[in-house]
Amino acid sequence: MKGRLKIYLGYAAGVGKTYRMLEEAQAARGQGIDIVIAYFEPHGRKETIAKTEGLEMLPRRTIAYAGTKFEEMDTDAVLERHPAVAVVDEFAHTNVPGSERGKRWEDVRIILDAGIDVWTSMNVQHLESLNDQVWHATGVRVRETVPDWVVDEADEVVMIDLTTRALRNRLERGVIYAPEKAQRAMDNFFTEANLSALREMALRHTAHEVEEKLTAPAPQQTASPTGREERILICLTGRPSSAVLIRRGKRVADYLRADCLAIHVVADGVETPESRAAADRHLRFARNLRIDTHVIESRDVPTAIAEFARARGITQIFMGRSAPRPWWRRFGESTVQQLVRQARDMQITIVAERRR
Amino acid sequence: MTDDHRPNPEELLRRVQADELRERRGRLKVFLGYASRVGKSFRMFDEGRRRKERGQDVVVGAVQRDVTPDIAAILKRVDVVPMLTERHAGKEYQVIDVAGLFRRHPGVVLIDGLANANPPGSRNPQRWQDVQEVLDRGVSVITALNVQHIQEKQDEVERITGKRAAHSVPLDFLREADEIEVVDAPPDVLMNRSGPGGSEDARRLAELRELALLLAADVVDGQLQHYLDAHGVPTLWAAQERILVCLTPRSNAEDMLRSGKRNAERFHGALLAAYVEQGELGAQDRDRLEANLSLARDMGAAVHCLKGADFVTTLVEFARAQRITQIFIGHSQGARGPIDRLIDSAEDFDVRIFPQRAKA
Repeated sequence: MKGRLKIYLGYAAGVGKTYRMLEEAQAARGQGIDIVIAYFEPHGRKETIAKTEGLEMLPRRTIAYAGTKFEEMDTDAVLERHPAVAVVDEFAHTNVPGSERGKRWEDVRIILDAGIDVWTSMNVQHLESLNDQVWHATGVRVRETVPDWVVDEADEVVMIDLTTRALRNRLERGVIYAPEKAQRAMDNFFTEANLSALREMALRHTAHEVEEKLTAPAPQQTASPTGREERILICLTGRPSSAVLIRRGKRVADYLRADCLAIHVVADGVETPESRAAADRHLRFARNLRIDTHVIESRDVPTAIAEFARARGITQIFMGRSAPRPWWRRFGESTVQQLVRQARDMQITIVAERRR
Repeated sequence: MTDDHRPNPEELLRRVQADELRERRGRLKVFLGYASRVGKSFRMFDEGRRRKERGQDVVVGAVQRDVTPDIAAILKRVDVVPMLTERHAGKEYQVIDVAGLFRRHPGVVLIDGLANANPPGSRNPQRWQDVQEVLDRGVSVITALNVQHIQEKQDEVERITGKRAAHSVPLDFLREADEIEVVDAPPDVLMNRSGPGGSEDARRLAELRELALLLAADVVDGQLQHYLDAHGVPTLWAAQERILVCLTPRSNAEDMLRSGKRNAERFHGALLAAYVEQGELGAQDRDRLEANLSLARDMGAAVHCLKGADFVTTLVEFARAQRITQIFIGHSQGARGPIDRLIDSAEDFDVRIFPQRAKA
């Protein structure tokens, strides 16, 4: 049987995710549960370190990269030790190159598959679908992300809440970072506005996870092959804005419990190799988010999209704004305009290119 | 769905004055939980303990009758202003000694059981009103509250649990708190899973949990907006979805509103509807528009009638001010409608274009 995954979700460093996780680990140990620490990041926080006392800590794996030694979780050691519960700090962590797997959450899935429960910690800003929103609200582009489906598969998501005032007080007292770093953090990322926005996202996301588990979608009698009411089609291209489009379309699909497909229309002979390579990256990105991807060839992009959408029972098309066009084509219609004209029977969403 | 009130200058002035008043008041911090045994009281007393260790003058003003051993341990280390026991109609009441607290005048008071009622003839009918008085004297309060005891949530709570709380605290009390913190835990921690009806309990608890989390999110959103307004920080991409349905006499209002309502519900966001006035309407169009607007109201949308020389500019400005994340609009009848311009000027929100229903 697969192990159960429990995520302690916070909204910033220092809210107390690891502390709470270790506190509960201590309680579990007290009840005779075989629980070990598979990976712990002390960050020099005394109170948190004290909470590891008496808990078995597994050795880490040392990996040399670019002349420096890095320490990662030793997944094989966890499997060999095979406890009932493994505590794994920092779920969103990216492993150093040369590790067996790219992301810690992938290691966690291996541990779960072996029938070991995992308790782990992460912040809401690491969720893939919130990446643009977090950037827009805080100005920070989070690089380490976890696909939403990984978090959705968790058996339990617990919100570790702390008021922004209490968090900033902790920062001022030097509990979270050393003084110079703390001051920089207060002036930049840890502002009242940023923290409040992230906190609200974390509360809403936890509520969403609770609701998802409460109402597992029941199959319905409709025309769609998977029995879902809505089917969303994302039209991706090689333009950089496609990443935003994919995240946005997938997020809406998830909340509406809709099927989600993505299509790239290769306009034969028109697309440059660079643009094609970028589109391929976007297709891979979409598949990582568990979107069903399709590529078709046609010189008439809007017609191809409209025909595909009708054939697949699509109810809503997501697309980006058309690229600015050269002056000699400005009097014709853009792809968006043509599609809007051709697919009058469908909902079409043009996703904004939000700026800061 | 939350309201979409935006501040005007008078409102801002009122807020500044409220802020000044708040400076003289004690600070209120509320621990919000979704069920008893979730650990609110412990978190409250534990915070009191930590503050005392950091040198603050902390006293306990109210405890529940039965305390867990970990709370009992904290109570031994913090000063207590004992509660008064009063008898009314053969029933015993534990009442906060407000006068005693004023004499002692600590920095912080810990008050558990916020939703409790006082017996008739007391200084205040409700404990939360005692707390208001304490705050007005410049004493800070830390308290704990269960979402089931919030007045405005009674209908929802009754739908979930089949019960209404005997006593409750108004939502404004929570909204005006300086800080609220959610005490979250998975429901299985609270349940006796061996007993019958376990899955029913789990469902109820999960619904209450969602209610508490969303309520906290709304309060945080209110505080964030207040902060942004007060500091002149430009609007952010709202953490909450806010959907604006654009109505015209000829638009397929019903489909758009239904979809808007469904989206707003799924995202726990806000639903707004707007109509941009453009010259006089014929009698038939006026009737259609009125029907659409009243349908919007029936669907729970906040309806706005906008005036402006240019349709697109008016709509875009309104959407920005309202932090709209999605605009719903019907396919225009003509070949070149305002939709192209709307898409071009929409930087902050998605535009969703709806089919016109085939005319009968």
